[in-house]
Amino acid sequence: MPIIQRIKKPITRKGKKVLLSKEPKPIEGPKQCVFLQGRNPSERTRKLLKDIYDLKKPDAAYLSRKNDFVPFEDSSLIEKMCNKKEAALFGVGSHSKKRPHNIILGRTFDYGILDMIELGAESYKAMSEFHNMKVLSGLKPCLVFNGPAWDLNQDLKRLKSLFTDFFHREKVESIRLQGLEHVLSFAATDDGSIYFRSYKILLKKSGQRTPRIELEEIGPSIDFKLRRTKLASDDLYKEACRIPREVKPLTKKNISRDAFGSKLGRIHMGRQDINRLQTRKMKGLKKTPEEKKQMFLKKKKLRQAAKQAQNVTK
Amino acid sequence: MDIVNEILEREQKKAEKYKPITVEKHLELEFDIGTLLACDTNDLDTKLLNSDKDVYLQSLTRDNTQLLLNKVWELPTERIEEAIVVRLPQPTTVLPRAKPVPKPKPLTKWQEFAKTKGITKKKKDKLQWDEQLQKWVPLFGFKKSAAEKEKNWLIEVPQNVDPMTDMYEKKASEKSEKVAKNELQRLKNIARAKKVKIPRVGLPVTSDKASATQLATATTVAKASTASLGKFQNKLPKEKEARGKGVHELIPGKERKRKAPVPTPAAEKESNLSLIDTILNKRPKIDMEKAVTKHINNEQVQRSEEKKSIKPSKGKGKGKGNATNFTAKKPKAGKGKRAPSKKNNGRKRR
Repeated sequence: MPIIQRIKKPITRKGKKVLLSKEPKPIEGPKQCVFLQGRNPSERTRKLLKDIYDLKKPDAAYLSRKNDFVPFEDSSLIEKMCNKKEAALFGVGSHSKKRPHNIILGRTFDYGILDMIELGAESYKAMSEFHNMKVLSGLKPCLVFNGPAWDLNQDLKRLKSLFTDFFHREKVESIRLQGLEHVLSFAATDDGSIYFRSYKILLKKSGQRTPRIELEEIGPSIDFKLRRTKLASDDLYKEACRIPREVKPLTKKNISRDAFGSKLGRIHMGRQDINRLQTRKMKGLKKTPEEKKQMFLKKKKLRQAAKQAQNVTK
Repeated sequence: MDIVNEILEREQKKAEKYKPITVEKHLELEFDIGTLLACDTNDLDTKLLNSDKDVYLQSLTRDNTQLLLNKVWELPTERIEEAIVVRLPQPTTVLPRAKPVPKPKPLTKWQEFAKTKGITKKKKDKLQWDEQLQKWVPLFGFKKSAAEKEKNWLIEVPQNVDPMTDMYEKKASEKSEKVAKNELQRLKNIARAKKVKIPRVGLPVTSDKASATQLATATTVAKASTASLGKFQNKLPKEKEARGKGVHELIPGKERKRKAPVPTPAAEKESNLSLIDTILNKRPKIDMEKAVTKHINNEQVQRSEEKKSIKPSKGKGKGKGNATNFTAKKPKAGKGKRAPSKKNNGRKRR
């Protein structure tokens, strides 16, 4: 349910709609991304960001103006830009003698910086240098993470999550099999180098239902080196990863399935009164008029006694 | 048997024609089919990585992609508009959100009240039949004000009002007052939702002359609005304090008291009995600190009395005046006699 919690009311209907669209929602769409230029961006970083922008295209904005700022020292410009463009992901390219060909990738939460990871592009081959057919833009790529370092190193763990966030595009219910055309491969070694490769999938006949897969490199191909990182505290990250109640799947109680796949349910019954159970009627068990009279008298006595007892207590 | 062998051979030949779709791995991959993600935790071959990086990475990725897509092809398929579509499971990797989880909308004061009273909103028709104009008139919005103008081409001045008043102006001011009140209530609701403390608004500002009750309230409130809450303000003869609904809350320093409802005899009896019980079951409270200090004081008194009763032994009197003799009594200021000319020895008391 959207809420406009601000003092000044929107004047126009359109303005109201815009404000409502900016409100937090239980199910969010794909994250938007902004690409910025830092201080003196090199040719390589500019091309690299452009390539990543091409990979991310419908959900990204490429801002070509140079900005004199250092994200690790003052991130206010990024926060401002992300607020303006309604973006949650950002990439900044810069170049200096100390940190040549510097790429900073990161994400925001509630318009504040969540994670920021600095990568140095040591070698780079642009997408345009591979002379072949590319994949369609806007396709959901397969992501492959190679190497044990992704799970061992804390920084790389977060970087893996960041890369997934960057390239997974959107949560989808179903996918066309012919649309599985693109693979992004990330390989990490222990010394902090990360190899980013992008391939096109070729589905070949295998004589079975599942096809044989061949790959063709389409670029970009980048060798990154991990530099500085600025990761969110555990509290903030946990808060950011909260799943709203509306999205959480409800578990049905007392239903289980056994090994054979048949459904089992547990039912709770009320207590049964066996004394009043109607069994077979027999003439011999019927009460005679005398017995009935006695029963009546007995009941009457009991009632009187109860009444007297009540009077005494009063 | 020949036929069987033939078929088997043919199958084998067919299989040889194609490359395999199976991949051998030391450790199994971790998959998240929902996000089309595969994670290979097997060690990388550093030798191959250094010598022939691109080829090695491509072959490694091919194997892992094959494994991932094998999983995808196992999923149940559907046919939608001549395309084969696979239903993906829920993704297992949790990614951070862009914005915090939305909070439920805070209720306004009216909504809260309506909830407790069980009042539900009734839908009104947008158009209403107007008997006077003999046509359908909208409740609000477009063409409402035109219809209103048409309807009120003449407004009668009531008898109790000054005949020279402009009724149109009066109506317009009433309307603007209503709008302002609504705006104030909206702001109050926002402040309440954000838990901001707002100052009490005393009396409503009215354009007309204030009524007698309003004036009385104003004087009472003003009198009580001193630092001493109106304790030292003079009173006029026969002056009365303003009373009425909501006046008490306006007067500073007056706590709001809610009258308890008349209790039922049973409840009254019970409450009285419980009161008696609490009194009868009372135990004396022990103030530990006080008790301890008392005890210590007693001990000290006892000890000093003991010391007084024991006579000082004779032999020890010798070393009087010796600085090193610690057992000697501390010198005290002159007892009883005051001799200003003599210098008092002993501890200086300040």
